[in-house]
Amino acid sequence: MSGSDGMTNVLWLQGASCGGCTMSILESGASGWFDELRQFGINLLWHPSVSEETGEEAVEVLQSVLDGKVRLDLLLLEGSVTRGPNDTGRFNMLAGTNRSVYRWMLDLAPRADYVIAVGSCAAYGGVPAAGSNPTDAVGLQFEGSDSGGALGAGFRSRLGLPVINVAGCAPHPGWMMETILALTTKDLAATDLDSYGRPKFVANHLAHHGCSRNEFYEFKASAETMSERGCLMEHLGCKATQAVGDCNQRSWNGGGSCTKGGYACIACTSPGFEGAQNFLETAKLAGIPVGLPTDMPKAWFVALAALSKSATPRRVRLNATADHVVVPPGRATTKGKP
Amino acid sequence: MTRITIGPFNRVEGDLEVRLDVESGRVVRAEVTAPLYRGFEQILEGRPPLDALALAPRICGICSVSQSVAAAAALRAAMTIEAAPNGLLATNIAHAAENAADHLTHFYIFFMPDFAREAYAAHGWHEEARERFAATRGSAARDALPARARLLETMGIIAGKWPHSLAFQPGGTTRAIDLGERVRLLSITTAFRAFLERIVFADSLENVLAIATADELDDWRDGRGGDFAHFLRLADSLALTGLGRGTGLMMSYGAYHGVDGELFPRGLFGPRAIVEPLPLTQITEDVSHAWMRNSSADPAHSSTVPDPDKPAAYSWCKAPRLSGQPIEVGAIARQTVAGQALITDLVARDGTNVRSRVVARLIETARIALAMEQWTRALRLSEPFCHNSRELPDGSCVGLVEAARGSLGHWMAVRDGKIERYQIIAPTTWNFSPRDSFDVGGPLEQALVGTDVGEAGPRAVAIQHIVRSFDPCMVCTAH
Repeated sequence: MSGSDGMTNVLWLQGASCGGCTMSILESGASGWFDELRQFGINLLWHPSVSEETGEEAVEVLQSVLDGKVRLDLLLLEGSVTRGPNDTGRFNMLAGTNRSVYRWMLDLAPRADYVIAVGSCAAYGGVPAAGSNPTDAVGLQFEGSDSGGALGAGFRSRLGLPVINVAGCAPHPGWMMETILALTTKDLAATDLDSYGRPKFVANHLAHHGCSRNEFYEFKASAETMSERGCLMEHLGCKATQAVGDCNQRSWNGGGSCTKGGYACIACTSPGFEGAQNFLETAKLAGIPVGLPTDMPKAWFVALAALSKSATPRRVRLNATADHVVVPPGRATTKGKP
Repeated sequence: MTRITIGPFNRVEGDLEVRLDVESGRVVRAEVTAPLYRGFEQILEGRPPLDALALAPRICGICSVSQSVAAAAALRAAMTIEAAPNGLLATNIAHAAENAADHLTHFYIFFMPDFAREAYAAHGWHEEARERFAATRGSAARDALPARARLLETMGIIAGKWPHSLAFQPGGTTRAIDLGERVRLLSITTAFRAFLERIVFADSLENVLAIATADELDDWRDGRGGDFAHFLRLADSLALTGLGRGTGLMMSYGAYHGVDGELFPRGLFGPRAIVEPLPLTQITEDVSHAWMRNSSADPAHSSTVPDPDKPAAYSWCKAPRLSGQPIEVGAIARQTVAGQALITDLVARDGTNVRSRVVARLIETARIALAMEQWTRALRLSEPFCHNSRELPDGSCVGLVEAARGSLGHWMAVRDGKIERYQIIAPTTWNFSPRDSFDVGGPLEQALVGTDVGEAGPRAVAIQHIVRSFDPCMVCTAH
């Protein structure tokens, strides 16, 4: 998609953001993110955390894009769009411009070949939209799970795509970079997005896939309190069987993931995840978790759970409620074999 | 008199607007605006108290662990439980990794690129500074970003991921570390030390920490490689010691709590230029110039309600005060309160300024790199990492920690099992506070007054140096 100069122009802005998506993507690249961008012919027009231009210089960059003097290939927003108070956007002004980030996005988005919402805030509203949503925070093209948001359901970028939602709080650096790079080569089409605008290469998986607690899940051998090794679904709030993401098929920070870290998946790739309460406690009805795998008949799940619980090996049962391995796997005997 | 506005003020965490009144090329008055409000305190009200562990870290992507640790500390106080000693150690290791990563990010990505600006093209050192530190193009980022990423692999072992982890609980941490993982942690801290000794200091950490006076620092710098010495030469060429002078009042809540106390102690560096006990009950917040409705001045009893059309207000940031005074916080405050020899000497000579703030951050980085090794070795692998309790009685509690950028406090009131009030005062709330009802400006506002902006006006690099020397985190500021 790059222009005649062979470069891809990328503009990254922050709205009602914590900056965590930027902190995550700065982990990308073996010789650093800047080198990685260069290697793929990406020209970072401006990024609030890393670019030299500040104040008037930065406004000049934005204005030149707005005036059509500089081609805009990818526009990325990190953070939600705060429409309040009273649709003025004043809870989040772009400093020095007397204009809200809301207004800037309305003006800039139609100029971009592609628009990417970086993180669940820009995608769906995210944490600033929790509770009473005091700032009327929304995503670029979704308000929670309802399409609409700041740009409206009908918005399409110059190359005809809706906003591409790299959900997650914060997203894996790979999710962001792979989306950006797939767009520079026009390899990502509308059909590669799920119904919430998420790239399918991430969203066609569940966070549960590849979970290191898999054996405990199979036997419904559950952790009862924090730091225990067992499955986190029955008691400790884990939503990994319902949340999309290849979280447990990648390594986070060199080898981690939420469930490896010992705490529940809170479904941060899902619209509206911030609306949950008691994140580390499983909501139950008559003793049965409310949030079961979505594509499995509940009666079957309950029946299988009862069966697998009754078949749980002692090793799995005891390790589930310990923070260290207390019963190691049995050793297969090789006596008498060559 | 002319008024100049600078914004978007980038290479800080978040966004910032600075307005300066200039007379004869000098700043006579400064106003600092936090242009973003998200309403975390309102969002937390009415929720189950433990939800703070999921939501509070998301205030900030750069000091997420600090926010977690403050929330966990407040909850621990409310639950009247002790954290497992291993949990405290693992928290300290992860927290130190975040803070050290933040200091590196500040130095290499936010602060140093200003020396590569064209405004300095006439200086003999410019070409070298540009090659090394230019934003996104300089060679230093190729060293610093991979070192940062490697350091943050600490989180993959202790915290699952970074930013935004739920591993930091009132009773400790959620993942027991085994022998292999301890060795991996040591391998990370060893690699980090090697990076510091090879790239940043060009000397051993022990030698760096043995520098006890400003004169010894000058001697050490001469003829030395490494980015720290490079900075010191630039700072002296530009007389950065004379830029952005603070008021001299500093505090620290105490950092890295362990079973036997803190690595860096709590205290106030007060008007008598000695370290004194910190009068925590004297912390107040003033909203005379914030777009906020009046409430109690005491963070334990106040609430946050925006008032976007309030006359005389110019920031979403409230104005925290200690005994009525604005206070500077950050690495320089922590190391002064801790009595670190070099920083104490620098502060005694020239107070807090652009140069000494940056020196303090790097000296502190050396100190916590050593502490990380010790904490990792101190883990008792067969013992628990987390004590568990779900009992959380109604009442008030507070969690006070030191984030990379300074003192961070969470004040929580619980009633009928729900959060009744939640108040957060973040480091940059202190440093970049607006005026109070006595028209006294915050630390940055005062530090900017008197700065020579010359012909450059809003493009004056001096302003850039002063603002960034505080390493502001604007997303935390108003939250």
